[in-house]
Amino acid sequence: MKTAISYKNVKKIYGDLNAVDGISIDINQGEFFGLLGPNGAGKSTMINMLAGLTKPSAGNISVMGFDVQKHYQEARHAVGIVPQELVFDPFFNVREMLRFQAGYFGKGRENDSWVDEIIERLDLTDKASTNMRMLSGGMKRRALIAQALVHKPPVIVLDEPTAGVDVELRQKLWAFIKDLNKDGHTIVLTTHYLEEAEELCNSVAMLRAGKVVAMDTTKNLLRKFSTKNLKLRLNFKGEKKLPINIEHIPHQIAEDFYTFQLKKITDITEITEGLKQSKIEIIDIQTVDTDLEDVFLKLTNAKK
Amino acid sequence: MVTIKTQLVGTWTLIKKELIRFWRVAFQTVASPVITGMLYLVVFSHVLQDRLEVYAGVSYTSFLIPGLIMMSLLQNAFANSSSSLIQSKVMGNIVFILLSPLSYIQFFIAFIVGAVVRGLFVGLSIYLLAIIFIDLPIKHPWIVFWFALFGGGLLGAFGIIAGIWADRFDQMAAFGNFVIMPLSFLSGVFYSIHSLPSIWQSISQLNPFFYMIDGFRYGFFGQSDVSPYLSLLIVFLFFVTLSFAAIQMLKSGFKLRT
Repeated sequence: MKTAISYKNVKKIYGDLNAVDGISIDINQGEFFGLLGPNGAGKSTMINMLAGLTKPSAGNISVMGFDVQKHYQEARHAVGIVPQELVFDPFFNVREMLRFQAGYFGKGRENDSWVDEIIERLDLTDKASTNMRMLSGGMKRRALIAQALVHKPPVIVLDEPTAGVDVELRQKLWAFIKDLNKDGHTIVLTTHYLEEAEELCNSVAMLRAGKVVAMDTTKNLLRKFSTKNLKLRLNFKGEKKLPINIEHIPHQIAEDFYTFQLKKITDITEITEGLKQSKIEIIDIQTVDTDLEDVFLKLTNAKK
Repeated sequence: MVTIKTQLVGTWTLIKKELIRFWRVAFQTVASPVITGMLYLVVFSHVLQDRLEVYAGVSYTSFLIPGLIMMSLLQNAFANSSSSLIQSKVMGNIVFILLSPLSYIQFFIAFIVGAVVRGLFVGLSIYLLAIIFIDLPIKHPWIVFWFALFGGGLLGAFGIIAGIWADRFDQMAAFGNFVIMPLSFLSGVFYSIHSLPSIWQSISQLNPFFYMIDGFRYGFFGQSDVSPYLSLLIVFLFFVTLSFAAIQMLKSGFKLRT
């Protein structure tokens, strides 16, 4: 599979701070890739270096085979970036802004039909002639996404695109981005919402303090770190104490809830039998799977 | 992918954006400086018309008009590139240009063209209004044209430097109030430097604005304080120097790319 984005030993140093500390990542064409991490992990610096807004202190970055420094014009043609901040030009309306942005990429009037199409697909038709100042935050976010798409880039990078966006719009945006991915666009996403990354991304890289702490397909990461948990709500007739024969099974207690970490499926029988023998009543029962957030917390805590 | 056509379309688009930007607020960017220029003309000519004759056979009001035209042209050329940049930086929308494949040369050309066009527009408007009241033929149109072009370009380049350097609007205002205004007011707009004591004549000759005003005025009357060709050479050299500095700032990404 061909590489869409390649980071090779990339570093960004600000004084004493290693914002990005020797990261190497290859993102394949057609992938939906997630860059995850807490604030200050280096996600936005990674994106800004890709966009040419920030210069790497060391290493190389390329987009569709074009080095972002040496062949910056070709590299920028290949990528559309949705910035994190809701920036806009107050002198222009949505359609004008999109046409200008297309023009910067050398697209003239022949591109107008595509501009109209993305206006329509992003539900901006009613607002196309509205000045950018007059748009709501959600509409401004859509206009920013439209701007990143005007030159039909094969790679689309979204830096925290759903920050501060309501649930309905978030769902619409993701449906649209998923369609783009199905059409063959490579999507790179940074987000705080891990459930989003879990739902959307084929692969993820988890960053902490400028380093990659884990990188794999989302499925593999979940499998590697997966644990099945049995969550029980118990009613102790007497003393609140688990029977000795099940006490060795790793568990956590939160009020009346006991969450047991299962190593094998037969642990369930052992737990229920043990409780039955001790006359402890099970009021509620549920199984809980590992999600990306658990993996993230495990990894980042482990590296602390 | 990147062709001459895409480069030309890109440059033209940024030029167009710069032109539409100032035209959208033409009351502030064109009408206001034209009115200010005309007020200077009315007040100074009323007070000094019968008291001064700077060049033989040229009334004071006639003498004043080319200086006012050039001063307004220069101030507005500076204002265009500098305000466009500082606004884009403060608003954050400069990112749209920085994310595009436009080169630093394309960036420079577009901002200079925007600055020169606004300067010429303001200057031409003052001239057209003034000749309603005063007969003011242009003796050497090409001299007028070259001084207007290079003068506007020079201040456009200076505006780019100021716009990149300044982080806040008050820093930008300081540039206008403490550099552009004094240099333009002390450049011989309202007088000939020959009427000054010799020390101030020497100091005035260090002011590049003096050469722009003096050479531009030569284009109207065929008379000037110093040779118009020397003035044109000095203006051109300043234009090249400031353009080089502005291009280097854009190329290095100074205060634009971290």
